[in-house]
Amino acid sequence: MLYSEKVMDHFRNPRNVGEIPDADGIGEVGNAKCGDIMRMYIKVKDNIITDVKFMTFGCGSAIATSSMATELIKGKSLDEALALTNQAVVEALDGLPAYKLHCSVLAEEAVKAAIKDYYDKHNIAYDEEQYCTGNCACCHMHDVHEE
Amino acid sequence: MIYLDNAGTTKVSKKVKQAMLPFFDEDYGNASSLYTFGQRAKEQLENARAMVAKCLNAQPREIYFTSGGSESDNWAINAAAQIGARQNKKHIISTTFEHHAVLHTLKKLESQGFEVTYLPVHENGIVRLDELKQAMRLDTCLVTIMFANNEIGTIQPIAEIGKLCREKKILFHTDAVQATGHVAIDVVAMNIDMLSMSSHKFHGPKGVGALYVRQGIALSNLIEGGAQERGKRAGTENVAGIYGMAVALQDAVAEMKEVAARETKLRDKLFTELGKIPHSAINGDRKHRLPNNFNMCFEGIEGESLLLLLDDAGVCASSGSACTSGSLDPSHVLLAIGRPHEVAHGSLRLTLSKYTTEDEIDYVIKKVPEIVDYLRKMSPVWDELQKGERKYAL
Repeated sequence: MLYSEKVMDHFRNPRNVGEIPDADGIGEVGNAKCGDIMRMYIKVKDNIITDVKFMTFGCGSAIATSSMATELIKGKSLDEALALTNQAVVEALDGLPAYKLHCSVLAEEAVKAAIKDYYDKHNIAYDEEQYCTGNCACCHMHDVHEE
Repeated sequence: MIYLDNAGTTKVSKKVKQAMLPFFDEDYGNASSLYTFGQRAKEQLENARAMVAKCLNAQPREIYFTSGGSESDNWAINAAAQIGARQNKKHIISTTFEHHAVLHTLKKLESQGFEVTYLPVHENGIVRLDELKQAMRLDTCLVTIMFANNEIGTIQPIAEIGKLCREKKILFHTDAVQATGHVAIDVVAMNIDMLSMSSHKFHGPKGVGALYVRQGIALSNLIEGGAQERGKRAGTENVAGIYGMAVALQDAVAEMKEVAARETKLRDKLFTELGKIPHSAINGDRKHRLPNNFNMCFEGIEGESLLLLLDDAGVCASSGSACTSGSLDPSHVLLAIGRPHEVAHGSLRLTLSKYTTEDEIDYVIKKVPEIVDYLRKMSPVWDELQKGERKYAL
């Protein structure tokens, strides 16, 4: 099989799909041209992510990694969510094929982008370099694929 | 299971399987051996050659058995390039949407000093004769244009291309892997110099194909080591496979009209019904295409997810999305007909066979819109399209 049972489970029954109309932070990463876009919504209270939802345009692993990433940050503090690595998402999904690893990077970036948006909206200082530059090559980790 | 990936490969028919069986443990002699037992295999091998030749209106001595379409394409193009190089002609004309067996061979020749012109195939997926004519030069040694495209099924004006090439004394090769056994082919009437075919695309076994080379063309050797295939491709022949292919092709040609009519009817039903999905479009010319080929794009979704959900619903299908190709770019064929990247990612190819039933098609007509709708609901691209933040391409 191409994907692990866990990946297929999160693909078939994605957790936290949808949008949060009054979200405190929204992050969107990826590029339709490259075939995957993730959008993540977060609700934050007292520095804790109280709710999270996502929408994804992409392949099976893009949907599964988005779903898993939302599970991993729900109820966590912003700092804990910021510490989420793509590797942790991959491990939680029992692995991904090598050429699909970029999806997990995208999931990590989506979480960071949503938190960055929250910081921006609430005038909270942060280190710019930690966040998605909007350059697909970072996530795809191979051929640069610019507009 | 509903199998709708017949451009990928087909089921070996019962008749073909039966025809192949004796060669495994009864008539298993080596066709190169002198004794009667071996010669019996040789006889069947030559029968197969005559059967294949007849289906193309070729002569038996013009048929070379190979391992399949990719080998035939490689062999034909490299041989034509060698002929060209000897006459200092190092220009080749092809198209942007050939199979990679052709494109990668051409890439290699480019690195060896050949120049290749890739003709555009336009929105309908068909080359234009005037553009071909314009591209022809005094140093053009080969025109290689596929008979019918493997993804969108569009059929090229092969007879007209052949006539033009013959007039200009340029060799003409066609990759007919998808066309053989599905549409009528006459290498003489169509002025085809070389033609590639593959057995498993018409209910024959995998690992077998053929290359037709018109008599008089100096085909270079592919494999050294024995007298098989007139000394040009050494190695003990796969008589079972070759005979299976011949029987399969004979059947395909005999049933062609009837099967094509059935497939066209079912295929058109798919186009009509799935065309009702908003913001969808047919890829390639609707009329000038293989009778069994359906290919559409659905905006706002990605093909691999669609295939996985179809698989869950018991349907085997194919897509030109980047994720199914294992690269970042979607299908070069869909890009060649002008589909934007983001739209090309959302393509679906369904390819029918003589075994496809109307019930199966009706099931697919019910399932596909449900899945497209489901995926669109979670797609941020679709959301942006709906909110007017992004422009519809379809």
